[in-house]
This record gives sequence, structure tokens and C-alpha cells, in this order.
Amino acid sequence: MKVAIFPPNSMILADMIVRKGHEPLVVQNEMKQKVTSPDLDAPPFNMTEQDPINGLKYAAIEVPSGVRGRMSLFGPLIEEAEAAIIMSEAPYGFGCVGCARSSELTVFSLRKRNIPLLELEYPTSRDATVEMVYKINTFLDQLDSKEEE
Amino acid sequence: MTIKIAQLSCGTEYSGVQKEIEKAAETFGAEMVMPDVNLDDIEESYEKFGLSCVSSSLKLMIARAMSLVEGQNEADAVFICTCFRCAEAAITRNEVRRLIQNNTDLPVVTYSFTEKTKASELFIRMEALTTIVSRKSILAREKQEGLTLGIDSGSTTTKVALMEDNSVIGTGWVKTGNVLECAQDAINEALSQTDYTYNDIEAIGTTGYGRMTIGKQLGAKLIQEEISVNSKGAVYLADAQRGEATVLDIGGMDNKVITVNNGIPDNFTMGGICAGASGRFLDMASGRLGVDITELGDLARQGDHLKSQLNSYCIVFGIQDLVTNLAGGATNADAASAACYSVAEQVYEQQLQEIDVREPLIQVGGTSLIGGLVDAVQDILGGIDIIVPEYSQYIGAIGAAMLVSGLKDTDVDDSKKY
Repeated sequence: MKVAIFPPNSMILADMIVRKGHEPLVVQNEMKQKVTSPDLDAPPFNMTEQDPINGLKYAAIEVPSGVRGRMSLFGPLIEEAEAAIIMSEAPYGFGCVGCARSSELTVFSLRKRNIPLLELEYPTSRDATVEMVYKINTFLDQLDSKEEE
Repeated sequence: MTIKIAQLSCGTEYSGVQKEIEKAAETFGAEMVMPDVNLDDIEESYEKFGLSCVSSSLKLMIARAMSLVEGQNEADAVFICTCFRCAEAAITRNEVRRLIQNNTDLPVVTYSFTEKTKASELFIRMEALTTIVSRKSILAREKQEGLTLGIDSGSTTTKVALMEDNSVIGTGWVKTGNVLECAQDAINEALSQTDYTYNDIEAIGTTGYGRMTIGKQLGAKLIQEEISVNSKGAVYLADAQRGEATVLDIGGMDNKVITVNNGIPDNFTMGGICAGASGRFLDMASGRLGVDITELGDLARQGDHLKSQLNSYCIVFGIQDLVTNLAGGATNADAASAACYSVAEQVYEQQLQEIDVREPLIQVGGTSLIGGLVDAVQDILGGIDIIVPEYSQYIGAIGAAMLVSGLKDTDVDDSKKY
């Protein structure tokens, strides 16, 4: 199954999804396509004026361009997702979109999709970390049975 | 009956605009009401909604919206407003609007205000809200019946549509001069395409700038502002009466952008921008390029706007830029493309930024026949789906003819009201 994650650039969540045989929908893939595009020259991400315009599909015109630019990347992933894992209160190193408003809208958009969803808080102790890994793996295993149905 | 408008807002008191909002509502016989919510319910409501915003006033706004959706408070319409330039509020406002629209049939208007917002700026929104509430049964009509006539008395042209049993059977198009004489000429033009005479017409509806003068003279049963009439005509012609859509009318002197939900307008912007962003600029550009306005769109489609950029949005300097470009070797096609792009960019930057564009976008009015302009709007809006329906230039007249057919067998007579 295609599993969206939040933060959408979390390598740890992406790795756990791959290990369970699912496809993580991560923003790095979108960024790679942009950065390696030979037609564009707008460093560092090759985002152009057109990207925030494309983001209008996901956020109203009054929403700042940075949020809309991010949503132009995250929005298609959210639309494609068949399941999602949301990790709140995560530190920068775990993954971060760099904008509180983009985070609010991304999480809200995932919740609105009505797909299997696992919401977790970033663990602050060893026991909580073990519990978190267990919850994620159980969630991903259950997706297998949903897929078979 | 006093129409109750529920206010879902953040920042109105601290911006000093609350009084202006109430004044605007009172002008149209409506009353602003704040839906009651228990303090204990606020947290639960916004968590249920799913948007984790930081501002507590926005949490209250969400709780109030949820109370309307869950039937704990009653209202006839909803006015959602937040401070201009607040990103969190823009996100919340948009999602709350969707919540209300997806779960109730209440008409909604959204607005972002500054400290300079005055009651007069809110008048047209409040007028539209009260019209939508008091005339909801008329606006819900989806079919035209009988033999009815619609007249759209615009600033530049007067359009007439004669309809019979859900089909357009005659049209008239006359440049606006004397309002009444032009309307009569356009009516004669439409009737000449059929075997009917004026006396066979069962009901007349009017809209546009001259709607009252013509309506009173001809005994029109429906005299209505163009926001609701045009949007109704657009979704009817585009077969988009269910769900969401945006109607764009780039007119000769002013532009209208209207968002609709299930055929009923819920937000709009109109006018107030310079002539460089109007059909008049394209008219002047086609004159300079030596082509008729009807040929400008096809010419623009053959050109590349990037080869002939217009750096000024002013109608005068824009034409100067056009001349300079042509003198510098740009082709007529490139210049035509640049002119269309210039208008589309301005509409986007100055008007569409006030509204959240919802697909499909239905482009109407005379300028919708300029293909190059439609392409430019589509390009600027990220390739969204644009529909240009048949008879798009007669949109107001068709909307009026369609809506008035619901009044032909009733006692309603707007011509006696004004």
C-alpha cells in the first residue's frame, strides 16, 4: 500500500514502511525530480513561481506562497495515499517541513482523507519508543490484511 | 422576517470592524448573531474538526461552526471573516467554509478584513447573502419552463435571450446607448429569430446596470443583481448545477469572480480594478493590431507571450508597451498573446487573490470567446479545468430568463417593488 507520512521527509518512518513491504510516499522523491530537472534553474530546490500557483489546488489564494509551494509537493502525495502515519511533536532531526501552517494543513488534509490513519506522539523514553515501533509495525501489518480483503 | 447571519470570525473586535459588519447587515434587514458555545465544548469541537490551530479565537470560530453544523445554533446564513494576511486564519477560514458547505445548506460568504474595512465595502456581500436567503427557492431552479425573456443591461452591451422549455430560441446583442431603446432593439432582434411576438412572452427578468429602469418599464417579474443571476446562468449552461464551481466574467468595464456551491453563489469579488485588466484593453489592443476583437483570440493562440512582454498594467502604458514591442520586431501574434496574458495576470493578481478558486472554472461574458485569454487564465491558474459554455456571452440574459420562469405563475412582481 502507498503510505503517506508526517513529517513527509522522515527517513525513519519511510524506512519502517519499506521494511514492512509498503511504499512510503516521501517528499524526497518529489524534490529529486525537481532538483534533477534540466529545464529549471531556480536553486536550491528548483521551485519556481509556478509551484505556489499549483498549490492553489490545496490551499486558498490568501494562504502565503511558502505554504502553497510546500502543498504543491505534499498535496499530490496526500491524494495518492492509501494509508498514513502522523508523528506529532517530533524534533527537527526526525523530519520537518519548516512551517507550522504547512504542518497544520498537511495533517488536516491527511485526516480528511478517511484512510487508515495512525497518529502518534514522538516518544520521549525508551519504553515509549518500543511502544511506538510496535504500534507502527502492527498498523503496517494490518494494512496487509486490508489489502488482501 | 429578520435574517439571522451567523458570524464566524477572528479579530473583528481588535481590528475595530465589528460595528461596520453589524451596520452592513442592518442595512439589508439582517442581524449578526454569534453562535453560543460552552467553554467546555470548545476543545472537543476543534479536536473533532481536526485542524490543530494555535490561535484560541480560531478554535472558538471552529467550535461555533461545529455548533451550527450539529444544529445546536440556528442561522439563515453564515459570514466568515478573519484578518487579512493571517495565514493560519486563511487556512481555517477556508476549511470552516468547506465544513459549513459540506454539512449544511446555509449560504456562506467569506471575507478578509483590514482595519480600514467599512460597512459600504460589505454591502454587496450582505445584499447577496440576504438575497440568497430570501430568494432561495427561486435560485434553486434548475430548468427553464414556458416562454420567458431575459435582459442583461450591461455597461458596454445589452444582451437578450428568449427561452422556451429549457432551450434558447432567440438572442439579441446591441451596444449599450439609451438603456430602454437598446433593450427594445435587442428584444426585437431575439424575437425576429422566432415566430413569437412580444405579447406571447410569459415573463421577463432583468439584470445588469440598467435592470431597474428596464424592469420597471417592461413590468419585469424578476429584477435582480448580476451576481446571483450570472452565476445561475453559468452553472446552468455549463451543466454544473451540483457541487462547486467558479464563475469568471471579464467584462468591458468590470470583472466578476463568483464561487458557487450547488448553483448558489457563496463568495465573489467584483469591479474596483483598473481598465488594463478589462475587456476594454483587449478591444484597444485588437484595434492597434488591425484585427477585429473576434479574431484576437485565435491570433493570440498562434503567438508566444514571452516574446512580447508587457511591463505595464495600465491601459495607456500597456498599449504603449504593445506599440514598442511591435516596433521592436515582435509579431502581431506574439503581441496579441501578451495582451491576453497581461489581462489574465492582472485578474489573477488583483481579483482571484481575494477568492479561493474552485474547479471547474466557468468563463463567461463576451471575453470568454477570446480563446487566447481563456488559455492564459488556464495557464496562470496552474492548468485548471475551464469550461466556456455555449451562449457564454449571453450569461446574464439566460440566467434571468431561466430564473423568471419560476415566477411566471406567481404573484411576485419586482417591477412594482422598486
